[in-house]
Amino acid sequence: MRHRSLLILTTVLTTGALTLTACGSRDDKGGGGDKGDSKTKVVIGVDSPTSGDLSALGLGIRNSADLAAKTANKNNTVPGVEFVTQPLDDQAQPNVGQQNAAKFISDKKVIGVVGPLNSSIAQVMQKPFTDAKLTQVSPANTGTELTQGPNWKAGDKKRPFAAYFRTATTDQVQGAFAAKYLYTTKKIDKVYLMDDQKTYGAGLAASFKEQFTKLGGKIVGEDHVVPEERDFNAIVTKVKNSGAKALYYGGEYPAAGPLSQQLKDAIKIPLMGGDGIYSADFLTLNKKAEGDLATSVGKPVEQLDSAKKFIDDYKAAGYKEDYEAYGGGTYDATWAIIEAVKIAVADNGGKVPADLRPKVLDAMSKVKFDGVTGPVSFDEYGDTTNTMMTAYQVENGKWAAKFSEAYKP
Amino acid sequence: MHELPQQLANGLILGAMYGLIAIGYTMVYGIVQLINFAHGEIFMVGGFGALTVYLILPAGFSLGAAIPLMILGGMVVSVAVATAAERFAYRPLRGAPRLAPLITAIGLSIVLQQLVWQWYPDAKKDHPFPQLEGEALSLLGADLQPGGIFLLVAAPISMIALGFFVNKTRTGRGMQATAQDPDTAKLMGINTDRIIVTAFAIGAAFAAVAAVGYGLHNGQVSFRMGFLLGLKAFTAAVLGGIGNIYGAMLGGLVLGVAEALATGYIAEIPGMELFGGGSWKDVWAFSLLIIVLLVRPQGLLGERVADRA
Repeated sequence: MRHRSLLILTTVLTTGALTLTACGSRDDKGGGGDKGDSKTKVVIGVDSPTSGDLSALGLGIRNSADLAAKTANKNNTVPGVEFVTQPLDDQAQPNVGQQNAAKFISDKKVIGVVGPLNSSIAQVMQKPFTDAKLTQVSPANTGTELTQGPNWKAGDKKRPFAAYFRTATTDQVQGAFAAKYLYTTKKIDKVYLMDDQKTYGAGLAASFKEQFTKLGGKIVGEDHVVPEERDFNAIVTKVKNSGAKALYYGGEYPAAGPLSQQLKDAIKIPLMGGDGIYSADFLTLNKKAEGDLATSVGKPVEQLDSAKKFIDDYKAAGYKEDYEAYGGGTYDATWAIIEAVKIAVADNGGKVPADLRPKVLDAMSKVKFDGVTGPVSFDEYGDTTNTMMTAYQVENGKWAAKFSEAYKP
Repeated sequence: MHELPQQLANGLILGAMYGLIAIGYTMVYGIVQLINFAHGEIFMVGGFGALTVYLILPAGFSLGAAIPLMILGGMVVSVAVATAAERFAYRPLRGAPRLAPLITAIGLSIVLQQLVWQWYPDAKKDHPFPQLEGEALSLLGADLQPGGIFLLVAAPISMIALGFFVNKTRTGRGMQATAQDPDTAKLMGINTDRIIVTAFAIGAAFAAVAAVGYGLHNGQVSFRMGFLLGLKAFTAAVLGGIGNIYGAMLGGLVLGVAEALATGYIAEIPGMELFGGGSWKDVWAFSLLIIVLLVRPQGLLGERVADRA
């Protein structure tokens, strides 16, 4: 027996050691990437949930970032630099996002990070990235306090983290746009308000409520759900008896899908949500989605001339998954980092500077280009200057774009 | 209060599902004093087993005819996983300190989740589950959806069958004997190993029925669905008196109705606006659990057992 356990122990130790060595040697190979040609390898980290409930959106982000890097290499956008993306899965969990952030920071070849999808994960990443002067551009975070500080509502806007940028507009804009669309275009004046208590959902619901009541609409009831639950019948019964003509839900499609279906089992009113429910998966999880509404950032990529090339390239590249809601925004976010590298290299006389990270961060404020979703540049808070929003409605089992506008609060 | 019948129906449907899962906790605990925390995942794999049966059936096969096969398929998968878990994860630890099998159960639960996540096609996110067509049935002021009706019918049928099995059959009586005193039962010629496996298998079969109901009712299954529901079902088992099969179902129904009523009405009590609704319903459900356990530490239908903690 003693021999046997010794054998097992040895096996385990050997396997572990081999695994570690294997990891090590792979990293080394990455370091020696600049073999024959003189191109410097520059890594752009990508953080998104590529597994779990939100993986449809996360995989679209991963692929779109990859496409941007490959396009830059093909066009030789920055001479002497080869871009590589390093995707990591954050499983939509802040603690995993934190580990990913540490991994990106410790890898000196990483000069910028695209992502994450969830505002709650951005919150744990902002400080370490800012300390490391590592530029982060999110295509999807809409939480207003991420760029304007915790007291933005009182008018005291202060940028908390200098390394954080985003190509998505804020919840403030999105919720208000949804309220305006529902009240003025759809003529709905009584709404039941619900959220999932997460950074994104609660923020969206709050800004919706503010604008909707300001316009003269009435919130006939409010409730919160646990995002892991799938049985919302008890809440739906309350909605039914509240006299609401629509339900506004701040949250994401894994819960919104069943919620909308159970809502329509009881009463025929639409559910409206933000970009968190604007996904093809919302429709597969919900057999009664017809008539539901959503808002999303930017114009629908399909309608923009600037996006035609993106869509064609995406198809040509043969990715298995769809680019989903954030494909265009991700491409622009990645391209913003590429442009910043270009500026940094140009300022250094065409050579890649040794301390690329702070140089890229400095260059971000100068970035200005025409992207997939429209003109891309960042204001003093790191927010995009593009506030284009679009309202969608489910028609014949598909999301159909209804109305686009550059929203001014 | 005009929505009361509907809220009661919502609660009973939820509770029937909790109760069906709780049977598994209570049977295993009653016989080996093990809290099988992997039982939520047994429930989950049952759902995926049923889904698989549906997906491999030829197109055009009506869902009504497929449901018995799906239940069967779910049961086969659940029972296979549960008996394998008993054989390879729990039996080697029988007689070990009580914490060892408990930790094993938690580990097993994570392993099962990750296996489904990794290997089942398209299971990395919520997977759509077939749903019964048809309008809601209006009954006593409540609208019942087909998926809910399935649970409301399946739960009492299952309970009657289980009651018959435990009280009337030889194996069932052997089970009661083993629960009361395993050593004496062994001396009387009862194969306790077989009894224990049977307890795991029955719990798993009930979990599979619950999983089919969950899928039909909510229109989807996911690799994580067993965690929260397993926890709730365990609570239901404790509430009803762990070790008692009727207690498990009663506990499930009480818990489900408590959640629905808390969601529906707490916020309407003056001064309680902040403490009502979907986010607080679990707080009220667990407060109820604490109160019941203060008054009746053995649970609603549990018997006082002096020598076992």
